Amino acid sequence: MAEERKAVSLTENDYFSDIEIAWCPGCGNFGILKAVKQALVDLQLPPQKVLFVSGIGQAGKFPHYLKCNMLNELHGRSLPAAAAAKIVNPELTVIAEGGDGDGYGEGGNHYLHAMLRNVDFTYLVHNNQVYALTKGQTSPTSDQGFVSKTTPNGAHEALNPLAVAIATNASFVARGYAGDIPQLSRIIGAAIQHKGFALVDILQPCVSFNHINTYQFFQERVYKVEDEVGYDSADRLKAFEKALEWGDKIPTGILYKVERPVFEDSLWQADGIPLVKRKLNPQIAVHLMKELI
Amino acid sequence: MLDLNILVGGEAGQGIQTIGFVLGKVLVRSGLQVFADQDYESRIRGGHNFFRVRASDRAVRAQSEKVDILVALDSRTVKLHKNELKENGLVILDKQALGSDFAGLQILDIPLEKLAVESAGDKITANSVAAGAVLGLIGGDPEVLFKVLAAQFAKNNENVRAENLNAARSGYDYTAQRRPAGFIKLAQGEKAGPNMFLSGNEALSMGAVAGGCKFVSAYPMTPVTSILEYLAGRAKECEMVVIQPEDEISAINMVVGAAYTGARAMTVTSGSGYALMVEGIGLAGITETPAVIVLGQRPGPAVGLPTRTEQGELLFAIRSGTGESPRVVLAPADVEDAFYLTIKALNLAEQYQIPVIILTDTHLANSMTDTPEFDLSQVKIERGFLLADKEVSLLTNYQRFAISESGVSPRALPGQGQVMVAADSDEHDESGHLTEKAEIRHRQNAKRLKKYEGLRKEISPPRFIKRRGAVVTLIGWGSTYGAIAEASGLLLEQGIINNVLHISEIWPFPAEFVSEALQLTVKSVVIESNATGQLAYLIRAETGLSVSGQVNRWDGRPISASFILDQLKKGIIENGRRA
Ligand SMILES: Cc1ncc(C[n+]2csc(CCOP(=O)(O)OP(=O)(O)O)c2C)c(N)n1
Ligand code: SF4
Ligand SMILES: [Mg+2]
Repeated sequence: MAEERKAVSLTENDYFSDIEIAWCPGCGNFGILKAVKQALVDLQLPPQKVLFVSGIGQAGKFPHYLKCNMLNELHGRSLPAAAAAKIVNPELTVIAEGGDGDGYGEGGNHYLHAMLRNVDFTYLVHNNQVYALTKGQTSPTSDQGFVSKTTPNGAHEALNPLAVAIATNASFVARGYAGDIPQLSRIIGAAIQHKGFALVDILQPCVSFNHINTYQFFQERVYKVEDEVGYDSADRLKAFEKALEWGDKIPTGILYKVERPVFEDSLWQADGIPLVKRKLNPQIAVHLMKELI
Repeated sequence: MLDLNILVGGEAGQGIQTIGFVLGKVLVRSGLQVFADQDYESRIRGGHNFFRVRASDRAVRAQSEKVDILVALDSRTVKLHKNELKENGLVILDKQALGSDFAGLQILDIPLEKLAVESAGDKITANSVAAGAVLGLIGGDPEVLFKVLAAQFAKNNENVRAENLNAARSGYDYTAQRRPAGFIKLAQGEKAGPNMFLSGNEALSMGAVAGGCKFVSAYPMTPVTSILEYLAGRAKECEMVVIQPEDEISAINMVVGAAYTGARAMTVTSGSGYALMVEGIGLAGITETPAVIVLGQRPGPAVGLPTRTEQGELLFAIRSGTGESPRVVLAPADVEDAFYLTIKALNLAEQYQIPVIILTDTHLANSMTDTPEFDLSQVKIERGFLLADKEVSLLTNYQRFAISESGVSPRALPGQGQVMVAADSDEHDESGHLTEKAEIRHRQNAKRLKKYEGLRKEISPPRFIKRRGAVVTLIGWGSTYGAIAEASGLLLEQGIINNVLHISEIWPFPAEFVSEALQLTVKSVVIESNATGQLAYLIRAETGLSVSGQVNRWDGRPISASFILDQLKKGIIENGRRA
């Protein structure tokens, strides 16, 4: 396997897409794009074997800007489609992604159940704490008091997606920062390699619509849990404590990681042939008819 | 002609369904044709439920409201159904338990509980006593009953099985000795190659299996839950994955994800769940992803009557979805249709890369009938433009949404060879990437809608019974076929020559056929289980012709031949006003 990989030796150019990028200059999404490419190169995953399933929003456009298979889903619905794709063809590396509004608002129920179900795929949330594509409305993760045209009196309590994730015992819970590409690409790589559902919530400055949670805001606050001596990502309570931290200090890194059975293990998996490669044979219905006589 | 009707009634939890099911199966094994349906409330205990079994030596494909044998497990059953008794109709009940206040009725008193305790040591076997009693009354073959019961209790331990056989025998012996003179008497013996006895949902589930469905995701809702349970329980032997997701929105998006990746995929739901899925219909439309959605109608609006039947979502199914995108709507008439049209749905979905809706209802879902085994050698799996690995390896610049004559583009799958597959819910160019250019939008939308040209040719013509000298055409769609065909025969006996036009493959609408058929008779009546006449509307919209009359039922109960005749009498036959 190692030789084979060397022989192929993929570089970032192999993931290059010639589609014109429609993000604003300076947008945090550029950092995420770079980090994803680096992670894919590090893992030497051929683009033909990678499937991105995205939602709708600025973040949802992401897979167009990367060479890969892509299914751009409805607003909020990337997770069910990604889970199904992985189940019917486990040979694909499946990565779902979208914005905070997409994943934590519109798709909130799918978010909870994706973590409980634990299908083996990765979920990248571009969390800019605002609805950017629709021009600046409040999102579920907007800081309390955030003023926008839809919340002129300020936003209510914000959702804490990482605390929720740890509460559901999600098997991989991480936070990255679009301004720290090396760490982010390491986290994404680990998420892809993790067997089970892996959440990476990414702090993504939106230079056009979020003037609170800016690069400077994060630069002054982020720190890495991996730099803390003795931090144990298997310790659920400690991880929950970290997840609650938001203010002067904001932790990044793999907050929580646990080995849990994946959903696929509970399914019929006969001889390991993916469902998409099975012959369709009407004769398997024969015995069903006998039952009814 | 034999037309035997048995109604078993009582509270939920009294085992009514077992009695009815066992009797139905025994009658099928005895070589009769059988139609059985059930009526129940949305509750687990108490209330009033009943199960009707109708058997004949001719085809019966609908229920009848005229009862020969009323098996009453509670006194409410007598009160509610005594008016349905035929002239010689008989009530079987346990006077010890229900009292004796049943003046004017022909009662066969049978101590169900006592016999159960005496023969099997447990009053829980009273329903097996009742099944035996009915068979003894009509002089059926007890050996057939014992075989069916043994199979019914095959999964229970030997004692339970033996107890129920003993109980059935004691019920049989009791009534066999007390048969009223001249009462219906069945022939003895078992038919050699007996038919299957199955519900619409079972037929549909088997169609999904035979049709190569590999992925099912569905959220429980009456009347389709039994499809989900049937398939989940057999997932391994049927080589499929069956998932209960968090909601119907997840279900439809899972189906799209699985189908985009290359698995034949299906979901099942009822009106409320379908309403949640509607955005996904547009998604399957624009991403040109095959998807099969079973919409089992029940009376709405909203939660409506959860356990009853209606055909209130025809126009909704045809028009559902964001924007305009092609789809097919198939409305099976009976169990054979439920099987073969499910296979057709799975084929058309892939051949045309579109959503296909199977529009059933509670009546078809739950009612049971006998039918010969389905012919699997007739089943062809058609995957349309799905590319083989070899073809994919020859591709250089793959375009998932390449413009084509038929509107259908070659379909590669993610992970297949060296190509990459892009599909977008936004408008996109041929390569699948987002665009806002007017000409591309124009072309792609036209390409998608062009599929209707091919689809129109795929739609089989409606069932059409055409008679020389017909004065009226009876028109229907979906599960009402059995009742309409029976009504047609009864009208004929009364000297009213009529045609029957019944549509199963309903969208794209077979406008030409319907238009020609309608012009053969002066009068035409559309018969539907809804209040507003949705097929009548569709006929007007698609053919420009108005039908002359409508028979509608919207109380949640299935349409029967006698209902149709009663309504027609009020209308065309007596004063011609309605028609
Ligand atoms: C069902 C539905 N509702 C609303 C929209 C409109 N809409 C598109 S993107 C979006 C919010 C985007 O916010 P987020 O998911 O945070 O992504 P961002 O643009 O910030 O990256 C909304 C409300 C839609 N496309 N579909
Ligand atoms: S609006 Fe915000 S999120 Fe969208 S591209 Fe511009 S900076 Fe990025
Ligand atoms: Mg956002």
